[in-house]
Amino acid sequence: MNLTLKIWRQKDSNAKGQMVDYKVTDISEHMSFLEMMDVLNEQLINTGEEPVAFDHDCREGICGMCSMYINGEAHGPDRGVTTCQLHMRMFKDGDTITIEPFRAAAFPVIKDLVVDRMAFERIQQAGGYISVNTSGNTQDANSIPISKHAADEAMDAATCIGCGACVATCKNSSAMLFVGAKVSQYALLPQGQVEAADRVKNMVAQMDLEGFGNCTNTGACEIECPKGISLDNIARMNRELIKADIS
Amino acid sequence: MSGFFKSSIGRKVAMALSAFFLMFFLIIHLAVNITSLFSEDVFNELSHFMGTNPLVQFALQPVLIFGVVFHFLMGFVLELRNKKAKGVPYVKNNGAANSTWMSRNMIYSGLVILAFLVLHFIDFWFPEINTKYIQGDMTGMHDGGFRYFHELQHKFLSPIRVGAYVVAFILLALHLLHGFTSAFQSVGITAGRKKALQTFGKIYSIVIPLGFIIIALFHHFNH
Repeated sequence: MNLTLKIWRQKDSNAKGQMVDYKVTDISEHMSFLEMMDVLNEQLINTGEEPVAFDHDCREGICGMCSMYINGEAHGPDRGVTTCQLHMRMFKDGDTITIEPFRAAAFPVIKDLVVDRMAFERIQQAGGYISVNTSGNTQDANSIPISKHAADEAMDAATCIGCGACVATCKNSSAMLFVGAKVSQYALLPQGQVEAADRVKNMVAQMDLEGFGNCTNTGACEIECPKGISLDNIARMNRELIKADIS
Repeated sequence: MSGFFKSSIGRKVAMALSAFFLMFFLIIHLAVNITSLFSEDVFNELSHFMGTNPLVQFALQPVLIFGVVFHFLMGFVLELRNKKAKGVPYVKNNGAANSTWMSRNMIYSGLVILAFLVLHFIDFWFPEINTKYIQGDMTGMHDGGFRYFHELQHKFLSPIRVGAYVVAFILLALHLLHGFTSAFQSVGITAGRKKALQTFGKIYSIVIPLGFIIIALFHHFNH
């Protein structure tokens, strides 16, 4: 298939970016979206132009590195997949595809389609962990009984890969689905209880400090999340914070 | 606890609590007004009670005004902060792919409701305050009978006013269709997953504004 690409080009974080049109030809419908971008970059390199910078790593939909806002949606029009697992069969011959970086004041553009998502790391560092002594006499994990329901919900929350699609898609650039998932995965388990109050307070405080917006419950994040993280995690985080601040 | 309401989640909770209060008020307001469809006397009695009872006038009314002002101001504050958090807007954004029109446009439905409230205050509240507290007439009487029902009928003679009220109530319905479940989600109740609450929210969001529309139209066509 032959496509027209409208891509955000920005030299560096200080430069003023703009949309630039490119043509790509003979794209196979079996290619992934990133393979299509590779074809474009090869074409650009061959003509002596600067290739388009974009984030990618595992290309298996698990690392959370790829991003891109494709035709007005985070990770493009498919559901439950990251950009690396979006396939060109989702598009038609002759289509014009708009490709932009994830937008949020807390995710500044570094170059072209690459944004700085370190804000997520700083939120994690503020409380997204449990303090366990791993000196060698660690307790066997199976000695603490956990109900199937809680284990499943914690596991679902823990599938968040921290890609930032929730922030990118939210009209308010709210990070509450991400933080909600990270708070929930520990709040649901006995191991997470010791630091529960401090965790939610510190993570929410860091989230606010980073300049993410306020959730207005549109639910767009849940729809666009490649891992299907549920809005219930936001409600749980809200409950956890209310509980932590009242007690 | 003082830091709680300064956090993003605290602001959401505050917004939701004021919304709960306003949603409860709408039920009371409709319950009083709906009597005007059936009985002039009952409507007059209730209006006189609400307009002269010290508890309603000097305790509930200030709380209500505070609730309304707070909900609007907080709505504006959150909207401005959220715009700032987005930074550079997208060249192409397909919001309809993942969210409802209502959820994305709460600020606009809210602004229409605010404009309506200005009109509503000019129509009913300011004249009431003037009659009762500036002219000092607490009797509620005019030409030998209660004045409330006649005032209501008189206001709804104008088709333009009735039209404005109907439009505002449709926007109120749209605002509530997102706002009801959103408020529950903000205080930590996952309404999106609780079918009964969601269904009740939909019924509430349609029935309350529809009730007000019926009252406006009824008095326009029956006078």
